[in-house]
Amino acid sequence: MPPIPFVMQLLNSLAALLLLLSFAMLAQRRVVTLVNLFALQGGVLCAATLLLAWRTGDGNLYLSAALTFAVKVLVMPWVLHRMIRRLGVYWDTEPLLNIPGTMLVGVLLVVFSFGLAQPISALASTATRSAVGIAIAVILLAFLTMITRRKAMSQVVGFLSMENGLFFGAMSATYGMPMIVELGVALDVLVAMVVMGVFFFQIREQFDSLDLDRLESHKGER
Amino acid sequence: MDLLLVLATPLAGALVLAFFGAHRRAPEINVAFSLVVFAAACALSVRVVMHGAATFGDDQFFVDPFNVFLVALTAFVGLTTALFSRPYMRIEMADRRMTSGRLRLYHAMYQLFIGTMLLALTTNNLGLMWVAMEAATLSTVLLVSLYRTPASLEAGWKYFILCGVGIAQALFGTILLYIAAEKVLGAEGVSALLWTHLDAVKGQLEPRVLSIAFVFLLVGYGTKVGLVPLHNWLPDAHAEGPTPISAVLSGLLLNVAIYAVVRCKVLVEGSLHSAWPSAMLMGFGLASVVVASFSLWRQRDIKRLFAYSSIEHMGIITFAFGMGGPVANFAALLHMTVHSLTKSAIFFSAGHAAQKSGSQSIEQIRGLATISPTVGWGLMIGSLAILGVPPFGVFASEFLILTTAMRDHPWATPILLVCFAVAFAAILARVQPMVFGDTKMRRLPHSPALVPVFVHLGIVLLLGLFVPPFLASWYHAAARLIGGG
Amino acid sequence: MKPIEWLTQVLEVGAALAAAPLFQGWVNQCRAWLQNRRAPSLLLPYRGLRKLLHKDAVIATNASPLFRVAPYVVFATMLTAAAVIPSMGTRLPFSTAADAIALVGLFATARMFLALAAMDIGTPFGTLGARREMMVGFLAEPALLMIVFVASLISSTTALPLISEHLATRALVLSPSLAFTAVAFTMVLLAENGRIPIDNPATHLELTMIHEAMLLEYSARHLALMELGADLKLLNYACIGFALFIPWGSATGGAGPLALAAAIPALALKLLVAGAVLALIETLSAKLRVFRAPEFLATAFLFAVLGMLVHLLLGA
Repeated sequence: MPPIPFVMQLLNSLAALLLLLSFAMLAQRRVVTLVNLFALQGGVLCAATLLLAWRTGDGNLYLSAALTFAVKVLVMPWVLHRMIRRLGVYWDTEPLLNIPGTMLVGVLLVVFSFGLAQPISALASTATRSAVGIAIAVILLAFLTMITRRKAMSQVVGFLSMENGLFFGAMSATYGMPMIVELGVALDVLVAMVVMGVFFFQIREQFDSLDLDRLESHKGER
Repeated sequence: MDLLLVLATPLAGALVLAFFGAHRRAPEINVAFSLVVFAAACALSVRVVMHGAATFGDDQFFVDPFNVFLVALTAFVGLTTALFSRPYMRIEMADRRMTSGRLRLYHAMYQLFIGTMLLALTTNNLGLMWVAMEAATLSTVLLVSLYRTPASLEAGWKYFILCGVGIAQALFGTILLYIAAEKVLGAEGVSALLWTHLDAVKGQLEPRVLSIAFVFLLVGYGTKVGLVPLHNWLPDAHAEGPTPISAVLSGLLLNVAIYAVVRCKVLVEGSLHSAWPSAMLMGFGLASVVVASFSLWRQRDIKRLFAYSSIEHMGIITFAFGMGGPVANFAALLHMTVHSLTKSAIFFSAGHAAQKSGSQSIEQIRGLATISPTVGWGLMIGSLAILGVPPFGVFASEFLILTTAMRDHPWATPILLVCFAVAFAAILARVQPMVFGDTKMRRLPHSPALVPVFVHLGIVLLLGLFVPPFLASWYHAAARLIGGG
Repeated sequence: MKPIEWLTQVLEVGAALAAAPLFQGWVNQCRAWLQNRRAPSLLLPYRGLRKLLHKDAVIATNASPLFRVAPYVVFATMLTAAAVIPSMGTRLPFSTAADAIALVGLFATARMFLALAAMDIGTPFGTLGARREMMVGFLAEPALLMIVFVASLISSTTALPLISEHLATRALVLSPSLAFTAVAFTMVLLAENGRIPIDNPATHLELTMIHEAMLLEYSARHLALMELGADLKLLNYACIGFALFIPWGSATGGAGPLALAAAIPALALKLLVAGAVLALIETLSAKLRVFRAPEFLATAFLFAVLGMLVHLLLGA
């Protein structure tokens, strides 16, 4: 096996770091730390994109790195932190499944994504194709974070982290989607943030809490 | 030109109404914009029927008989709903359920919603289609929770999160599609996500990646279609939003989501040369029919009742597309049309019924035939139509679907028949007392303007009796495009 | 068998036996410095051992033979382990006796004897300590095995010296999977040797102690052997860590006496640094309540599993 170039080693390490951060988010009960971890994940993603841009000399990638940095490292964590302060949500309640159990499910998900990634990385021609599995794992773990949490805030962070995984997947498998699509996606995510903010305040106004358990059984079903 | 008009008008409308949405004449402005869109859509359809499929704007946009038919339908229901919402929202304002701020949001988002759906339908770029679908969700999320009641907030949040997650899966599917396409089409430019280009080379796309992509796309867009088990958001969103929104969600958004699924299925099936994408569609469709028709028995809320009925019909359509072949595709397209028209008509009447009784609870709504005959008969005829009573159009399409199923997949026929019967009994048992039950309320002085209801039901009746030849050839062309079977 | 290999073997075992109390003393000294205390003499562990060896052994009347045998078994297994772990050179005649998995088994044997002996007398503290020890071991062992698997996967052999040799001689790469396993290994090391987040070697507070509770009934030469065994265990773990994660400096392959001579100061340097780091970790972290220990070890296990998954996923 020929030695892997150093840039690729660095990229692989960043990918591994992304996976680790996903697990950390899965285990984290403090909402503030969750947001910080999310910002860190965005930072790692940004670094990976920059590195890849430098290696491939692809201008679009520089642009999406800048986009990632602005949206996911600066704006979103800032907005989320502000919301946490204004709404006073600091801790998530006990998750639906206990943490070791969640971790175990998480490990199984990673194994599953490994299987899923095989044909994809076999097809992709990029140097980073081995990271596709990590991207799928990040997506699935974020999904798990979402479904095991009760607080609206944690669910949203899970949602955003899923988007990180998607972005990383697109980047590692094809060096990014066409620019127009990427811009559209970024726009949608930003709008989603705004909608979510409006929602938080409406929910808060109605329920005096962001605990989604209270949002139940208003249905017209027998 | 007409395409540009179709796409730009709603966006301009959204912009104008964002400023003047609370104006006294705002409902009329809303109708005017919808009318322009409808006219442009008609012009576009005529052109496609005359000259066949065409692409625009450097291949970024594309119309063929399949999507232009949905464009026309969307523009039409968009127009009638705007007409309906004019008096409806006036009454809501009078009841103090709407404030001027909410009305402005409603009007602006209504136009934006129609615009994003039209974009999703006409774009040739699968990535842009995703962006438009997500934008359609986002523009309606705040409308679902417009009344700010606990129940509506719950519904809005559920809609936001579930559809958000679903649509994220669809994005991943799109990425996978892009990976596979890039191999064949090359990464130059953006052609690798253009549907027409993909369709031309679909036989060369790597099948294993495409099958994974299809699973993600089906789960993603299927969430929006409301396929069981991803349907949880749908009844809540339909029940809690303002009635015009329930009507367009049910009548239009679900169609657009199915459209996305079918477009993807065409590509995947072309690459795989196997029937399992069809089998998956059939499985999801059948599951939705079964679960939804049995859930109908548990409903106490009139709008939830018909929301579950929408899930059932989406299941039928998905099942029909799954069977494939010219007849089933034809039936599915017809069913999409008649379902849209009938269901929006039902929601119009149900909205008025709820307004008149001051409650959406089925038990509180009684004796509509005496209180307000137009609403009562509108609801009754609409329910009969959606249940597939001849001679309405729903009967024709369901009959075609059943006979095709009997020929190709006999095992599914009894399941479908039982579900139809269950749904029939459930809906009729609830609608009958609502319309003919005893009531202490007196007949209201003024009758509501329900022209759209009877226009929709009239068209449905017409389609049941006789499909005009130009429409039939149009459906056939679309059915051929979808292929399969 | 070349004589140089025998020489390496003898040197390693001898050095381990001699240096184990010294390493323990060095860690204690660093801890004292970090806590602004006056450090005890480096040689204090030796003095303790000498004192214990001069005393007469007292044994409870109801002790079974197992109680007497246990210290010898514990000491012997640790010494055997020291013979297998490549701390100075990778060509060890003994190493064919046990691969990395068997090494984990050796540690498990020692643990089992220790726990059985602790329960033998029937005092509540002994039983309590034994149960806690078994709980920690039960959770730490899978993590340790997973760490070994990752290293084995990377170098496609389970023999520890060969793994070490492979890692030392291959091209220098950034390996996220090894980084994860290194974190996991550090956590396992802390737990298995009764260091601070799990147990406090310096305490005799009944409710929190694990390792010390098991030794309460021992005295004189038995206690000396047990303590020497514990010192050896810490050294062994440190040397496994060096073999896997910082394998450079030890004599590899057919290296001559010169490389061996160079390996001795290299090992000493590594031990110096490792002891200081260990003391630093211990000073910075707070002791966890006993029922939080599973979470700590589950995290270690998770890190090890992640290391393996990352290796499989990225091939790096």
